[in-house]
Amino acid sequence: MSWLLRHVQSLLSSAGHLARAPIATLFTVVVMGMALALPLGLDVLVRNVRNATGDFSGAIGISVYLKTNVPESRAQQLLKNTRERNGVRSATLITATAALAQFRKQSGFGAALDALEDNPLPHVLAITPAAGSSDPAAIENLRRYLQSWPEVETVQLDGDWVARFNAILALLRRLLLLAAGLLGLGVVAVVGNTIRLEIQNRRAEIEVTKLVGGTNAFVRRPFLYTGALYGLLGGLCAFVVVAVALWLLAPFAQRLAQTYGSSFALQGPALRDLGILLGAGTLLGWVGAWLAAGRHLARIEPGT
Amino acid sequence: MITFSAVAKRYRNGREALGNVSLHIPPGEMVFLTGRSGAGKSTVLKLIALLERPTRGQVLVGGENTGKLAARRIPAFRRKVGVVFQDHRLLADRPVFDNVALPLIVAGSALKEIDKRVRAALDQVGLLGSERQLPAELSVGEQQRVGIARAIVSRPPVLIADEPTGNLDPQLASEVMGLFRRLNEVGVTILVATHDLHLVRESGLREIVIENGRVAGDEGSLVLPIIEARR
Repeated sequence: MSWLLRHVQSLLSSAGHLARAPIATLFTVVVMGMALALPLGLDVLVRNVRNATGDFSGAIGISVYLKTNVPESRAQQLLKNTRERNGVRSATLITATAALAQFRKQSGFGAALDALEDNPLPHVLAITPAAGSSDPAAIENLRRYLQSWPEVETVQLDGDWVARFNAILALLRRLLLLAAGLLGLGVVAVVGNTIRLEIQNRRAEIEVTKLVGGTNAFVRRPFLYTGALYGLLGGLCAFVVVAVALWLLAPFAQRLAQTYGSSFALQGPALRDLGILLGAGTLLGWVGAWLAAGRHLARIEPGT
Repeated sequence: MITFSAVAKRYRNGREALGNVSLHIPPGEMVFLTGRSGAGKSTVLKLIALLERPTRGQVLVGGENTGKLAARRIPAFRRKVGVVFQDHRLLADRPVFDNVALPLIVAGSALKEIDKRVRAALDQVGLLGSERQLPAELSVGEQQRVGIARAIVSRPPVLIADEPTGNLDPQLASEVMGLFRRLNEVGVTILVATHDLHLVRESGLREIVIENGRVAGDEGSLVLPIIEARR
């Protein structure tokens, strides 16, 4: 009980020290907040991009271009074969005639196309694989199978860019982890330096405390609490920074989404993020204080 | 209670503060330590409070050999030795109560106990009622008495004081001395380092003179022959 009481006393005393120097405390907290806000901001960004693109990431398609000399009847036969194959959700045939008609309508090259003697376009099988984009190996299998037909000119994966996009997102996530690690080190250094200064400022107090029989653990305790409090406040600051930034960006993101006809809305940081930030901040602050206190407190002895 | 056997102390900068000091202070005695500035008085006190360890020889305080005490046991040792400084070394940003309570707080005493003992200590130095004042709001003499209250609040068996009257006028000085005498009467072993020879003569107490890092005189002591024999 008295053990708990002493810790509560240390905590309150540390909080009091921070409150008595509000400007200095604010600066430290803001610096830490910025450092912690960057990885959170990146994370929220990546999550939003994922959300926005989630709709069509499954829409991978395979276009099978047949050789131009393949007659339409053979193409119909191939379509039937394709539909019977495992791993194919749906398949349609775009005949050369239909393709030309559509191209004529959309491109505006009608007169130029009339000058052609033959239809230069091949028949195309448009296939949606059952696996979606989630199973690249299954899609690759299907592609190889289709490629092996003698009537087939080329097989093209329409979803290549989705895979690339997902790879970019994965890269961003990795970058984010790296940034979080480095900025975490930064937070430790900032707290460590602040605690070092604090130890110097309170040198007389530390000497007297040791003189009257205070143990190293007793002397260290308020500094550890100070570091942890800096971290906690820094985490809170980071959360507020990211939340406000997203709130400012939200209308612009919405406008952009509307031009794509999407109902996408920017998601702010979640409550879970707040928990993680506060936890990580507190831990990093504690570690920074522990490192600084370990280095500097041992050197202060009364009367020397 | 305090025994120095052929103690030498050389500081890291090479200065030899004590050459060869042997002395013995039995429990319950009050002794003055005199000598010129730089003669080694402060070093003797630092060795007793375990702020320094002897380079050679042995320092025994309350049966503990300070030269061999493990670092983790130093805090517990220091709680048994009250120290009064000339510049009192109070914490300027804490009220009187918190200053005096510090030795009890570091020892983990219960709040009720702390409250009771701090008031008792302040009562002993005649400052009951000043708990909430900051040190700067008190006179120099009062500040010194707060320092004494802090030194005695945990009732240590040994009290050492470095020039406790150095900044005080004669009347305040004699008040502080009276306070030490009263503490001594209840059994505290006291060693006071001082320049104030008048005060020492007036008290009629034992006086150990330190000169050039050695004991140059030990007057009024009943144990003098023992020390002579040890040499």
